[in-house]
Amino acid sequence: MKQRIDKKTVRHVARLSRISLSGKEVALYQKQLADILDYINQLNKADTTGTPPTSHPLESLKNVFREDRVRKSLPAEKALQNAPERKDDFFSVPKIIE
Amino acid sequence: MKQISIPDTTKASLDRIAAVNKKLNAIIYLDREKVLKEAEGTRRNVGGIATRGIPIAIKDNICVKDEPTTCASRILKGFKPPYDATVIRKLKNAGFITVGKANMDEFAFGSSCETSCYGPTRNPWNLEMIPGGSSGGSAAAVAAGEVSMALGSDTGGSVRQPAALCGIVGMKPTYGRVSRYGLIAFASSLDQIGPLTANVTDCAALLNVISGHDEMDSTSADLPVPDFTKSLVKNAKKLKIGVPKEYFPEGGIDKEVEKAISKSKDVLKSSGAEIVDISLPNTEYALSCYYIIAPAEASSNLARFDGDQYGLREDAKGTIEMHTKTRTAGFGDEAKRRILLGTYSLSSGYYKAYYLKAMKVRTLIKNDFLQAFKVCDVILTATSPTAAFKIGEKINDPLSMYLSDIFTIPANLAGIPGISVPCGFTKSGLPVGMQFLAKPFDEETLIRTAYTFEQNTDFHKKKPNL
Repeated sequence: MKQRIDKKTVRHVARLSRISLSGKEVALYQKQLADILDYINQLNKADTTGTPPTSHPLESLKNVFREDRVRKSLPAEKALQNAPERKDDFFSVPKIIE
Repeated sequence: MKQISIPDTTKASLDRIAAVNKKLNAIIYLDREKVLKEAEGTRRNVGGIATRGIPIAIKDNICVKDEPTTCASRILKGFKPPYDATVIRKLKNAGFITVGKANMDEFAFGSSCETSCYGPTRNPWNLEMIPGGSSGGSAAAVAAGEVSMALGSDTGGSVRQPAALCGIVGMKPTYGRVSRYGLIAFASSLDQIGPLTANVTDCAALLNVISGHDEMDSTSADLPVPDFTKSLVKNAKKLKIGVPKEYFPEGGIDKEVEKAISKSKDVLKSSGAEIVDISLPNTEYALSCYYIIAPAEASSNLARFDGDQYGLREDAKGTIEMHTKTRTAGFGDEAKRRILLGTYSLSSGYYKAYYLKAMKVRTLIKNDFLQAFKVCDVILTATSPTAAFKIGEKINDPLSMYLSDIFTIPANLAGIPGISVPCGFTKSGLPVGMQFLAKPFDEETLIRTAYTFEQNTDFHKKKPNL
């Protein structure tokens, strides 16, 4: 955790995020992310022994269910109104498998 | 008393926008004819509701049916939601007139309203300055009188900080108080929709309309909603106000801001409140904790913007290539930075060291507040460590930009409600804001405290010259 984030890691994380970066951008983000992570590393000073994690501020909230009944849903035409490309009642995307 | 009709009120709002919005860039989308038609319809259809005909601006990350909703991002260019967010449905039912979409930092990532793909919004008090962010368009529109109210969203201070920097009232309700159905998600464990208004009375009235349980948002709390206007009481007797020493760090808060806060404490004291010193010992970790949790959740929430179903799509031969090209062209610098940071802290090998650690520290921060509220009813702090800064001043230094939210972030981590009220001006004439924080679901005490302060001061009556 102490080591600074390197360019290889920035490229790896960008690939995971489906973002492509120029060489200049890799250098810039590497420096900025390293500075931010240096600051964030002060979290190590906090003693969290035996402290449970909080993922959500509403403590009482457990699973929430809606009644299982048929209701009106968005018509296909409305759901597709923003589609960059469509075919019949489907969203159309470039080929996934050759 | 002179009476004016709803179409006249709406027209006044539209005329004001026409007169000053070029200078401010607060409203980024407006269909004048549609708004006027809606105003005519409201006059005929809605009877006897106090809020009917009030023009309200909507932050660009809240879905308004068939109107562009883009989060001020190129990646959502042309997106028109097929449905209304729950808050919009409630506003329309109460007779509000939605007047345009308000500018914001892209996907609400920012504290200055500069990362918008539509260009920065300017502060009505000084056009060289930022209005705060991310709900900077909403705050500037209200401060400039373009609209009387606006909705924003607050993930780390995005309602309260711009309200402070523009000299108006802004509230982040308790996590769960207001439905987020139709709010485009940034960080789902932190986001909350909140009102930006010219005064505390309007804040209470707007909160009444937007609050309440919604089965479309599983994180909205199934609790009764009080009439918040009943808390508009000018009386601070028996009110214990805690002042946390960690919020006044040596060198970490502007002298003029500190002075305004100090004077404000005296106003509350003479209104009957008791001021007590308190400690929130884990405050120093809040910003770090937030900058793990918020980007982590954001990187996950923003995975949906890939060009498949809506918004921008860049041409490519295969799907992965299309996704990559679309996201690379569609997201701005700060959005990319946060996606990279969030993906990094969630990736294997770093999850435990960063994300899990941050969630544990979040518990410590939350417990600090629970302890504090055993000895006080409400907590008083500055909303932001400085008044508005210059456009361009911090845009290339992300960390110093992040520090602008250092006093507002802890409330989001703990899920508690907070309000910012105008409490003074700097020598150069920029507004200063004061923040009150209260227990979960105790917005009533916030409103009472804020109203008492407001009614004993004149800061909210001053308007910018435009």
